[in-house]
Amino acid sequence: MGVKLKFGILILEGPYQHQSSDSAYNFAIAALEKGHEVSGVFLYNDGVNNATSFGDPPQDDRNVQEKWSKLAQEKGIDIVVCIAAGKRRGLIDDNLIKGTRISGLGQLTDLAISTDRLVTFGD
Amino acid sequence: MANPEEIEESSDEIVKKMMFVMRKAPHGTINPYEGLEVMLIVAAYDQDLSAVFLDDGVYAIKKGQDPKEIGAKDFSTTFRVLPGYGIEKIYVEKESLENRGLTVEDLLLEVEVVDKSEVTKLMQEQDVLFPF
Repeated sequence: MGVKLKFGILILEGPYQHQSSDSAYNFAIAALEKGHEVSGVFLYNDGVNNATSFGDPPQDDRNVQEKWSKLAQEKGIDIVVCIAAGKRRGLIDDNLIKGTRISGLGQLTDLAISTDRLVTFGD
Repeated sequence: MANPEEIEESSDEIVKKMMFVMRKAPHGTINPYEGLEVMLIVAAYDQDLSAVFLDDGVYAIKKGQDPKEIGAKDFSTTFRVLPGYGIEKIYVEKESLENRGLTVEDLLLEVEVVDKSEVTKLMQEQDVLFPF
């Protein structure tokens, strides 16, 4: 393969209403399969809703939050929920999916600085 | 875009070119407001920052906003602190202004007006784009 890249992912939309989160997930999987690194995922704007543990979609549909949770736990990917955006939308430690954590916008800045590409998914 | 190998070598003192792209009207979505919050945090890290207002994003820095009647907070004047926070390169797309019947006189910030092709060029020079 060619150059190995470090990717950061920024998601600005919540699950289901927009395809952003699904696309970001597929991007992360594809990048990992190609041998690249996904250094972290930052959830901002309505993107914080991708980390709620209250999601319970019909059984014949995908569970977007659960997919992220599994990816975080199985691949050790750091998924960060913005504290300010999360508080606005009712996301706190008590209702976060496993494998994610709450932190500040400094984490997004670090991700932008430390990766080769920051890829944004949103409207 | 920066060459990944160069970034690896310079480790600690990485300075990247980062541009905030403000595309939306001030109160139709939360993007301009939460975008502003990102600007103020990223500004604390010594990076090479700029912002461009285009499409309905030009309304975000229009003078004389009064969103009280729609129950929203007026954050427009906070954009004035950007130069003091180290975001001195603030661009507005010429076509976006003209299409909306606005001139720089209508804006609450001192900006550099650039046309669409210049915006494209500026974006191509960036390492990171933050679209809000």
